[in-house]
Amino acid sequence: MKPARFRYLRPETLEEALAMLAEWGDDAAVLAGGQSLVPMLNLRMAQPAVLIDVNRIAGLDRIEIIGERLHVGARARHAEVLRSATVARAAPLLALALGNVAHEAVRNRGTFGGSLALADPAAEIPAVTVCLDGAILARSSTGERRIPAASFFEGVYTTALRPEELLVGVDFAPLGPDFRFCFREVSRRHGDFALAAIAFAGRIEAGRVGECRVVFAGVEESPRRLAAVEAALAGAAVSDEQAWRAAGDGLGAVLDPIEGAEYPAAYRLLLARNLLLETRRQLEEEAAR
Amino acid sequence: MTSAPETTAPIGMIRTDTPAIGRSMPRAETRRLLAGRGRYVDDGAPRGCLHAAFLRSPFAHARFTIADTSTAAGLSGVVAVLTAADLAPVCRPWQCRSGAFPGLVSPVQRALADGRVAFQGEPVAMVVAESRARAEDALDLIAVDWEELPAVASLAAALSAEALTHPELADNVAWRTEFGSADFDAVFAGADFVVEERFAFERKTGVSLEPRGVLAEFDPAEGLLDVRISHQMPHQLQLHIAEQLDLPIGRVRVACGDVGGGFGIKMHVYPDELATCAAAKLLGRPVKFVADRIEALATDIHAREHQVDARMAVDGEGRILGFDIHDVQGLGAYSVFPRSSTTEAMSVLRAMGGPYRFEAYRARLECLLQNKSLTGQYRSVGHPIACAVTERLVDLAAARRGEDPLAFRRRNLLPVEAMPWTNPAGGRMFELSHHACLDAMIGLVDLDAKREEVRAGRAAGRLLGLGFASFVEFTATGSQAYGAAGVKVAAGDTVVASLEPSGSVRAQASASEIGQGVRQALAQVLADGVGLDPSNVRVETGDTRTAPHGGGAWASRGAAIAGEAAWRAGRRLRGEILAAVAALVQAKPADLDIRAGEVVEVATGTPRMTLADLADLVLFRSHELPAGVRPQFTVAEQYHRDDDPFLPTNGIQAAMVEIDRATGFVRLLGHWVVEDCGRIINPLLVDEQIRGGVVQGIGEALYEACRYDAAGQFTSGTLADYLVPMAGDLPEIAIGHVETPYSGSSVGAKGAGEAGTCGAPAAILNAVNDALAPHGASLAALPIKPVSVLRALGDLGAGEAP
Ligand SMILES: Cc1cc2nc3c(=O)[nH]c(=O)nc-3n(C[C@H](O)[C@H](O)[C@H](O)COP(=O)(O)OP(=O)(O)OC[C@H]3O[C@@H](n4cnc5c(N)ncnc54)[C@H](O)[C@@H]3O)c2cc1C
Repeated sequence: MKPARFRYLRPETLEEALAMLAEWGDDAAVLAGGQSLVPMLNLRMAQPAVLIDVNRIAGLDRIEIIGERLHVGARARHAEVLRSATVARAAPLLALALGNVAHEAVRNRGTFGGSLALADPAAEIPAVTVCLDGAILARSSTGERRIPAASFFEGVYTTALRPEELLVGVDFAPLGPDFRFCFREVSRRHGDFALAAIAFAGRIEAGRVGECRVVFAGVEESPRRLAAVEAALAGAAVSDEQAWRAAGDGLGAVLDPIEGAEYPAAYRLLLARNLLLETRRQLEEEAAR
Repeated sequence: MTSAPETTAPIGMIRTDTPAIGRSMPRAETRRLLAGRGRYVDDGAPRGCLHAAFLRSPFAHARFTIADTSTAAGLSGVVAVLTAADLAPVCRPWQCRSGAFPGLVSPVQRALADGRVAFQGEPVAMVVAESRARAEDALDLIAVDWEELPAVASLAAALSAEALTHPELADNVAWRTEFGSADFDAVFAGADFVVEERFAFERKTGVSLEPRGVLAEFDPAEGLLDVRISHQMPHQLQLHIAEQLDLPIGRVRVACGDVGGGFGIKMHVYPDELATCAAAKLLGRPVKFVADRIEALATDIHAREHQVDARMAVDGEGRILGFDIHDVQGLGAYSVFPRSSTTEAMSVLRAMGGPYRFEAYRARLECLLQNKSLTGQYRSVGHPIACAVTERLVDLAAARRGEDPLAFRRRNLLPVEAMPWTNPAGGRMFELSHHACLDAMIGLVDLDAKREEVRAGRAAGRLLGLGFASFVEFTATGSQAYGAAGVKVAAGDTVVASLEPSGSVRAQASASEIGQGVRQALAQVLADGVGLDPSNVRVETGDTRTAPHGGGAWASRGAAIAGEAAWRAGRRLRGEILAAVAALVQAKPADLDIRAGEVVEVATGTPRMTLADLADLVLFRSHELPAGVRPQFTVAEQYHRDDDPFLPTNGIQAAMVEIDRATGFVRLLGHWVVEDCGRIINPLLVDEQIRGGVVQGIGEALYEACRYDAAGQFTSGTLADYLVPMAGDLPEIAIGHVETPYSGSSVGAKGAGEAGTCGAPAAILNAVNDALAPHGASLAALPIKPVSVLRALGDLGAGEAP
């Protein structure tokens, strides 16, 4: 289990990195935290000709408020995002989700952008980024694209990122102070990828759900907002278990769960439904506090 | 610690005078290992060392021809590309044979497959290069023409014989047997009721932290093959390397440094390891091969693939009358060499009903060949299956009678006064303490409180369950098992001990240190045997150049067998020392004793001479010794147990679980073990052996599985697919002991290394079924999967069983 030969490049600046990407494109792989890429190299599932290590580029790991918006740099480590006071204030859902990502050692290296670029169906960060309608910033030597999270994920391990583009960060527009967030996950052991997870953001007014967003991780091939479920919940009282059950029962018509020998689609659907009901319970408990 | 009923003091053991035996002490090497100074196979390489990588079959079953190796061989850094034809002149094929399994069908195996592969991962070619990465590069360049053949994967497929594991055979049966008591039918016919169940067990494997690894170096001048390897029994391997490579045994050295876990996977002859030795001989350069995690998961021996149909007959008083078991074992592509894969199934049959009194037994067994990795002796060989089957049947019978499962057990457990006894399954039972363990367990668990917790939790809608499992583990196997079957496995051990300058003791033992701490245990026994502090005793193991031939590490034998040899060697050395000092100081040996490294007068404790001074005199100034005083300060003791083919040990485990109905997950809330391994030499080491064993049992119950698809493709090749229990998901494991020393030895120790694994799956299975019972559900397959739990509860529609 040793990687095939590759050329190792370590740009010091963003411009250098983009020039390298422009030159190598498809033959290159960006090395961020390496927590997913290095195992893939060792298994020879990935055999890039060139590795472009972005760990030296200054500023790529910034977590800051720019204007109204929260900016999370692509190389911000999971552990930094998890502990960031800025994130906790501006986008608490991110911190809630990141507590479920892997273990401390992996979180010390793994990066926010790496998780998005990888697009593992069971990963937490893509789901919350979609839930928060983040804008993914993709830079190439010719300019920058802002890709809405909703159109970034195209399938298992596939994204809208082009070979010559570097993911440099994500911008999150603020949601109002009356928004409540919930992230719940089912994984086999602590730190495992999600068998199913739910990211929920919703405006709760007088005990009723207003505008809301529901996204699952681990259930379908890519995370997406479930408009039908969001519509079913809009206007429902948090205490109205019946209404939430009905929304949960509707998931079968909405979701196209991943099929597998050990975890059949019906099981993931059941988990999704139960996660939705747990979300209600949590909202109710929090309101009671 | 609870004590068993008083037993007779073992021969030669001064029970009050054992300052080291019975003391919790960390292993001598703990500090070194924690400081990162371990020396595992991959930690070093001699100058010019080459690295091997294997081209392994991507198919479960296929014919092949290697069309071209020249491109691979031409890659810079590649020294050789070897195939079956290249290795044939230096490495003989082998075949599993055992007198215990007459008629065993297991074809010839080679270091590299010759024209046909019978399981995925079987090595077909080998690249030797300047680095492992380069060797792997070259693997991609070897051109092979594959012709896929129908593969046998599941037990059902193996039984149907529609496809054949080996085309030249008539079916997939490697071995079958049937035996039972003469009155079996009559006893079952007279039963008040019979409980029955079909059980399914999935394959699992050992997952040692350090994978298998070997570094072989051939010195043509001396004709000596020097093999560094991560292994449990260097002497056994030395024998087989010598035989397969046609070298005199004295020209093969096998040495183990630190061994990062064995669990039974490192006691077999593996094709890749022999190929590495053969390549070293062929090329005259050092060659190293270290299995990576995929190779480990796919090709380390697997174990425990069984389907068991079992019945238990009970009389009107709730007494167990007998067991009827039909075991179908998935054995893999070959019966593993040299110990045979069938041994596991025989172990299941022998351990059935172990803790109980019963009259009648019938056992039927089919061991089936499959196009899957080989199976072998993994920790607690077969016992966990017998235990899960027996204990589940016991719970079913108790439920049928509407009785407390512990009351049912208490009535049926084999009482002290009924032993010794050979049960109808052939297990010889003696010096066991079932009832004492049961009582101790009730206290350890605080059973009334836990039962109340379960009751209250259930009333609140929670799915809680408590489960119990009594067990017997046969340990410290004697030569009646392998030796009698003509399989060259040493069942005895030897300890050579010397008094060294400064008065310390150094010993060579034929036991193997694989992380279990046997060196520390032997040091403690020697310390008491001679009369000095264990810190002044150094025990070395694992190198055939220095350690005498012996058994190594298997069947929980270190303390029981090598421990006894160490005691005897220590006593003998003590005798030599006392005789010498008595002559020097003109006293009678009987009036002297050795305490804390000093020879003293028994009566007064007055010091007469330190071991340091004595060693100084004898080793450096022997001309000063009086005439006729010629002490032997190097002694050796070889210990083979003559009677008692196995030392049975016993205990009981309890588990408390909660089922999460939203996910089907089973959460283990508590686990308790009370066991009796005879004399405890080092409680710390014993407890950690039990805990580690329980964790492997938890894995067997809830997480671990080596899965194959219908085509025989292995689907558990990474630790993201093969789940092991992790510390964060485990409860406290509480341990208690009952000590019933083995009366046939001086030390009185029996085996302790496998007891945890033996009973844990059964206790958890029973706990889960206890939680399911109020909902009219039950399970009989391990590991217990979330999806199966929800299906049993009716929360998830049935479908293709995962
Ligand atoms: C034991 C273990 C458990 C884990 N558990 C979880 C878990 O529970 N949940 C979870 O979400 N993840 C989990 N992970 C994955 C971990 O979070 C990864 O670190 C993460 O998914 C990828 O981030 P990285 O920085 O390590 O990326 P890398 O491994 O360096 O790269 C991953 C991929 O993204 C590309 N890439 C990286 N950065 C950029 C960029 N800036 N622009 C363009 N492309 C880029 C790389 O080329 C590569 O294809 C686990 C990993 C391990 C080893």
